[in-house]
Amino acid sequence: MKRIIPMWIAIIGGFAMMLSSFVPLAESAGEMFADVFNVVAAIAFVLGAGSLAKQHLEKLSRRDAGWGYSIITLGSFLITLFIGLGKIGIHPNEQFPQAAYSGSNEMEGSAFGWIYEYMITPLTSTMFALLAFFVASAAFRAFRAKNTEAILLLVTAFIVLLGRTFAGVVLTGWFPDWASGLRLENLSIYVMQVFNTAGNRAIMIGIALGVAATGLRILFGIDRSWLGGGDA
Amino acid sequence: MTRQAKTWLVIGAVFVALLVARGMIGQGLGRVYVKRTDVTVTLPDAVVVNSAAGIGSTTDSSTQAVGASSAPPSSSSPATISWQEWKQVTPLEFIAAQKANPAQTEITLSWSRTIGLWLAAFFTLAIFSFLYADNPLYKIAESLVVGVSAAYWGVIGFWDTLVPKMFGALTPGLVKSLVQPSLVAPERLQQISMVFALILGVMMLWRLLPRGGWISAWPLAFIVGVTAGLKIVSHVESDLMAQAAATMKPLVVSVTDASGSTNMWDSWWASVANVLLVTGVICCLAYFFFSVEHKGVVGGAARVGIWYLMITFGASFGFTVMGRIALLAARVEFLFDDWLWLIDPNHFRGL
Amino acid sequence: MSGGNFNNTNASARPWFERLDRIDRRWIFLLMFLAVSGPILWIGVTGKTLPEAPTLAARAVFQEIDQLPAHSLVLISFDYDPASAGELQPMATSLVRQCAAKNLRMVFIALWPLGNQVAQQTIQDVIGDDYPALKEGDDFVNMGYQAGNEAVMKLLLTDFAKAFPKDSRGEATSNIPMLKDVKMVSDFPLLISVSAGYPGSKEWVQYVISAYNEKMNFVTGCTGVSAPQLYPYFPQQIAGLLGAIKGAAEYESMVNESLAVDGVATAPKYLQAQRRMGPQLVAHLLMVGLIIVGNVIFFARKRRGAA
Repeated sequence: MKRIIPMWIAIIGGFAMMLSSFVPLAESAGEMFADVFNVVAAIAFVLGAGSLAKQHLEKLSRRDAGWGYSIITLGSFLITLFIGLGKIGIHPNEQFPQAAYSGSNEMEGSAFGWIYEYMITPLTSTMFALLAFFVASAAFRAFRAKNTEAILLLVTAFIVLLGRTFAGVVLTGWFPDWASGLRLENLSIYVMQVFNTAGNRAIMIGIALGVAATGLRILFGIDRSWLGGGDA
Repeated sequence: MTRQAKTWLVIGAVFVALLVARGMIGQGLGRVYVKRTDVTVTLPDAVVVNSAAGIGSTTDSSTQAVGASSAPPSSSSPATISWQEWKQVTPLEFIAAQKANPAQTEITLSWSRTIGLWLAAFFTLAIFSFLYADNPLYKIAESLVVGVSAAYWGVIGFWDTLVPKMFGALTPGLVKSLVQPSLVAPERLQQISMVFALILGVMMLWRLLPRGGWISAWPLAFIVGVTAGLKIVSHVESDLMAQAAATMKPLVVSVTDASGSTNMWDSWWASVANVLLVTGVICCLAYFFFSVEHKGVVGGAARVGIWYLMITFGASFGFTVMGRIALLAARVEFLFDDWLWLIDPNHFRGL
Repeated sequence: MSGGNFNNTNASARPWFERLDRIDRRWIFLLMFLAVSGPILWIGVTGKTLPEAPTLAARAVFQEIDQLPAHSLVLISFDYDPASAGELQPMATSLVRQCAAKNLRMVFIALWPLGNQVAQQTIQDVIGDDYPALKEGDDFVNMGYQAGNEAVMKLLLTDFAKAFPKDSRGEATSNIPMLKDVKMVSDFPLLISVSAGYPGSKEWVQYVISAYNEKMNFVTGCTGVSAPQLYPYFPQQIAGLLGAIKGAAEYESMVNESLAVDGVATAPKYLQAQRRMGPQLVAHLLMVGLIIVGNVIFFARKRRGAA
């Protein structure tokens, strides 16, 4: 019972979405399911937030290693939640001044906007920017021309790295017109449009076949591993 | 004191000294200016001002319900609501305003945004400090980003999706009066589907409770099923059929120039490109076909396929490096431009 | 900064490539930081940028927008957040600028939670500052963010108002003048997506363009990580593609050239991508250098081991 009903929910939902693409009569059913999906996805954010709070509260109560940082996480979480849900400091929209909560959370000058501008933006951007350093270190340590395949990879990387900057123009821009195809900037375009396209296209076709096979296995009830407890 | 602690101390001291020196040179550094605009809006007729609920104030966005009439609406004096808006302006505009009228108060230094700017710089450096060694500052920044992001996403999901769609269908009166006066009356089918969504949502939240976690399997099943149904059709259509069709290119191409005659050189290279593309796709697919042993012709094709894939990965590496460096450049620009005022590429300070 | 654990008294006897191989990675981090910050300081002070020659894919984006008649509807999806703004914001700015200059009617949406905020900022920076005559609701509208990823795209296929019931001001979709004739996404002749990943360009192709390929065109700007995976879609399913900051710089230079006014310098905010190509150049040279040095060490070690 605990597995049969969810399985049938998945089957009905999946076939409704598939049919809605081919059968006009099923279009409204597909719309309804998609609408419900969007709302459930939004509630999943609430679940994510709740899980985070639960995990850090448990860490705090058990005094696990690093519990002090959990206080920071929970504190910032609750403050942001309070400011955002309460729309603190956000005036009504000029068009609908009679509705107290009609103002947008993204309003400039609001506390929520402050959190976006001075906390989320620098924190998330810098986290991603760290990767540039690790890419450089990894390239120095790991990229070795050990065999033909590695040489191909490295040569292509050089062509793209140089061809996509002004260095390509300086190094090979003087090539005569009949050899313009060998200029680094043109070579990099050729690599992307021929070799990269071929490789990624094959990967894409393989993934599409895999997705279709896995999806059909789920919708026919053959694969139930996602329910937990393996195939039954 | 350990060597690493001494290193941290030296780095910190040098850094503070440089900051102080920078602050004393030229225009200084790291300040944000804002311009105040007073807004007064007339409320629609026959509306009672909901002045108490939800109107708070922050340092820069003060909202006051001014002139909200407690008397019944009459044609003689329409009720109004007022607030102040603060928009960021460049230091140049502040300097010009001060020059025109030193007593002006329209454009002022914003303490909350200036403190925010310095906090943003501090967070940026705290995360960069991880490159030297893991340290409490980085861990604090990491904890903050986790907490703030989770709450931010939750708030956005609530106000942008749940309120207009779910609450708008289930409690339209409340949403219309407090949030969205223009809300269109929901259809019966929409209300039924939102009841369904609410039930699934509550079941999903059951996962947070200590018992009954199996209840959350129902909404999970819904998500899995709908996603599978969507992906099967889309992937087969766009990633299988369309890609196969796009691979069916002519192996001999004739390129004509403006005069109408065939350009042999361009035709040759266009044909080579198509041959390489079609061959590449077939060979890469041969490599991924593990049901047949990679021997003989298949083995040869698979080998060529690997070479194509290596070129693909090399190109991906090059592009990835490009992407990451652009992100780093943006952060360094923030530090040098917005915070330290060392450069002024946007001419905000007239440097 | 010192390298791992080794007996210091033997360090000088160690061959040069061993010492180089054991170099503390923090020196490499410092090199990368200098490679990026040096050009930024230089360009910030001198204002000089490198010339850009637009490639086919970037030119296609420009031409797709340029060939639209005035007042055509354009759907612009902001599918990124501040973490990727370093790469994508310059192209988003130029895209909105070209659309505004062409007097196209722009409908902004976001499929990432923070995408709406970025969209608002872009609208303010471009339309608010330089095209103040454009009226919200008539010339452009921001529909905000909706959760659901591909399910939102699925809804857009048949019912735009159901996918986005209101705009960011709170106005119901049915009351917005410019959306009166919009029933579904195929009513837009052009779809533009600026995307950092999932959901983004790939999903737009899979769920929307594959359904309406004859009715609408699609151009996209994406991060360097996603760009190679989108090339197979070009040009049949994606009419124009801006890949990474290079694509942004190429497109930006085309838009600036087309909107240039004699005797008036381009506003610096429209030169962001071209400014960032400076640090790209030096950092790429550093990367190539590091890989070469790493391989020199590898071969020197191999020769020593063989000897």
